[in-house]
Amino acid sequence: MKSGQSVGFLQRKGVLGFLFTVPADAILLLLLAYPFVLGIWLSFTNTIIGRTGSFVGLENYIDLFHSDVFWLTAFNTVVYTVGAVFFKLILGLGLAILLNRDFKGKGLMRAIVLLPWIVPTALSTIAFWWIFDSNFSCISWLFMKLGIMHAPINFLGSTVNARISVIIVNIWRGIPFFTIGLLAGLQTINHTLYEAADIDGATPWIKFKSITLPLLMPLLSVITTFSIIWTFADFQLIWIMTRGGPDNATHIFGTFSFQRAIAGGHLGEGAAISAFIFPVLFICVLITSKYLKREN
Amino acid sequence: MGEKKKKELTRRDFIKKSAAGVAGVGLATLSMDSLFQWNPALAAQVSAPPLKIEKNAVLKILRWSGFVKSDEQVWNANTKKWEKETGAKVVTEYLSWEDVRSKAAMEASVGAGHDIVLGWYDDPHLYPDKLLDVSDVATYLGKKYGGWYPVCEMYGKLYGTDKWIALPIGSAGICINYRKSWVKEAGFEKVPGDIPGFIKCCQALKKKGHPTGFALGHAVGDGNTWTHWWLWSHGGKAVEKDGKTIAINSKETIHALDAVKELYETMIPGVASWLDPHNNKAFLSGQISVTSNGNSIFYASMKKFPDINKDLMTMNFPVGPVGHPAELSMISQAFVFKHTPVPNAAKHFLRFMFEKAQYGKWESETWGYITQTLKDYYNLPAWKKDPRITPYRECVKRMLWNGYAGPMGPASAAAMSEYVVVDMFADVCVGGKSPKAAALAAERKLKKFYR
Repeated sequence: MKSGQSVGFLQRKGVLGFLFTVPADAILLLLLAYPFVLGIWLSFTNTIIGRTGSFVGLENYIDLFHSDVFWLTAFNTVVYTVGAVFFKLILGLGLAILLNRDFKGKGLMRAIVLLPWIVPTALSTIAFWWIFDSNFSCISWLFMKLGIMHAPINFLGSTVNARISVIIVNIWRGIPFFTIGLLAGLQTINHTLYEAADIDGATPWIKFKSITLPLLMPLLSVITTFSIIWTFADFQLIWIMTRGGPDNATHIFGTFSFQRAIAGGHLGEGAAISAFIFPVLFICVLITSKYLKREN
Repeated sequence: MGEKKKKELTRRDFIKKSAAGVAGVGLATLSMDSLFQWNPALAAQVSAPPLKIEKNAVLKILRWSGFVKSDEQVWNANTKKWEKETGAKVVTEYLSWEDVRSKAAMEASVGAGHDIVLGWYDDPHLYPDKLLDVSDVATYLGKKYGGWYPVCEMYGKLYGTDKWIALPIGSAGICINYRKSWVKEAGFEKVPGDIPGFIKCCQALKKKGHPTGFALGHAVGDGNTWTHWWLWSHGGKAVEKDGKTIAINSKETIHALDAVKELYETMIPGVASWLDPHNNKAFLSGQISVTSNGNSIFYASMKKFPDINKDLMTMNFPVGPVGHPAELSMISQAFVFKHTPVPNAAKHFLRFMFEKAQYGKWESETWGYITQTLKDYYNLPAWKKDPRITPYRECVKRMLWNGYAGPMGPASAAAMSEYVVVDMFADVCVGGKSPKAAALAAERKLKKFYR
């Protein structure tokens, strides 16, 4: 009798389904929601590593608003994200269109394009750290050997050059994500559309503007949103190449937060810095999902 | 001050010993003055604190990976020796030196993990209440080996008390490294020991096509050490003794920043991007003539760059307008967490590693990479192995502590980890700020940490 009741309870609408999702929910709560809530809580405290903090309200946030380094970091983060994502999008799209054509060795080329994405970032960044070394750069060496220059390029030693250098590395690393994602999208476009356009005498640009781009748009917006999220919250690339220097010119939220919270021990303030990442990314996701709904 | 304290302690301890009848028969003939001095004969009789090692003890140690290869080899050999003598086991985890702080801090927070940590600078002062009192071992070692240098007492003791929360195990001493032949070519017999002379020498070297190179990027070791030396040598400091009054925006700091522009003009382009390995590479590849570094340049050149090694010379940092040595060298501190299940084994192990038989070998095999923190080790034969390593034995004696002249703690740690002093210099040299504006910016940052 009892066992029959249990079976009946389990068969009620939603109960069994809920039970099946419990393990996944538990993992999400434990590994995603808990650290997130803890981070937000820490940002309202004056916690220092090894010591219990107390609630300080918005003090950490107010302090950050009065900090020059914080505003410089915010500026750097925006420049880094906008610069890198823009070029990743343009170059990734261009490469995807090229790789969508039929040519000999297409498979090999597609595999090669994926390489920057496959290589661990820490490893490839170390290579770029050397390539952009202010004194030992192979680029500088080549130019000097060719007699084009007489002194090495100060890649990471000047504030502007350092920003450009880290953006270039990020672009190099991120292009495959755009390329492969958009290539998959290009392959779903019906070829008859292009044939019809050819019959109407459409130029390649018109075909791209009127067929390719509109049909790629939903995928493009999702890929771009993901890229913005990853670029905005980047850490390892900057940390390996510059540690946020020179003169804080390449600090972004992730590195500045780590420096303040872990290296400096001020967990509360570090959490407040990283909390600034959240609203920006939330807005990005919101805009994209609204756009996708409209498209649907 | 530290010396005076030490003498009082020695006297008190001596009285205790004589009351207990263990002071020895010859004491009656000693003059009062000699009672206050460290006496090797008496030191040899100092007995180690009784530490009964826990049964089946397994000791977990977290330490930085060696800068020079022989460091880990000797450390491991000494560890094995201790295991053999005591029957206990040791598991040593080596971590990149920049990562030790965060890992140790996390362990302090959660109350679990390693038993012993070899950390850096003011790490123990970030979580002093989580650390075991090691005063017994520190006092024993001090008595036996001529006492601790005053700066080590600052580092090892809980601020304002006589309680030792860490044992300063050694400093990765920093000295000026230069190319002898190039300095001669520039018209100097050797690099001058005063800052105006030093700048002139660097300018002459630059004119001869041999630029200097000092890290101005976010280099934890090389960036912080030379910029603090430059600041302190000109009489500047971050904070007053009270740990509250920010003192960075002073005429001494402005003077230091004005003077550094002259030095910066002698440097190779790109120093603003330099992290810790860069100056080693630049020196060993013959790109720069002068830099500041630990003995890793000497060590690497000895093994792989014999031509550079022949031409390499080292010296202590020049003295600035302040009139006395005022340097910053990296210092490693060994501390024991209260959460250890084997406190006696931990303290016993550290005492063992500090004893002359082990420490002397460590010094010798690393060619003085680890600069002594106990005064008696100044005379270890290791320091005479090569005249280029001899200056390193002066480093601890000549250095001040991180956060000088204030106390050590979260504020001094944060100021260093945020490169407040390094960036102040970079602001002037690279960022184009005026010295006044750079000092003001540093003041604003420090006010936040020291409020």
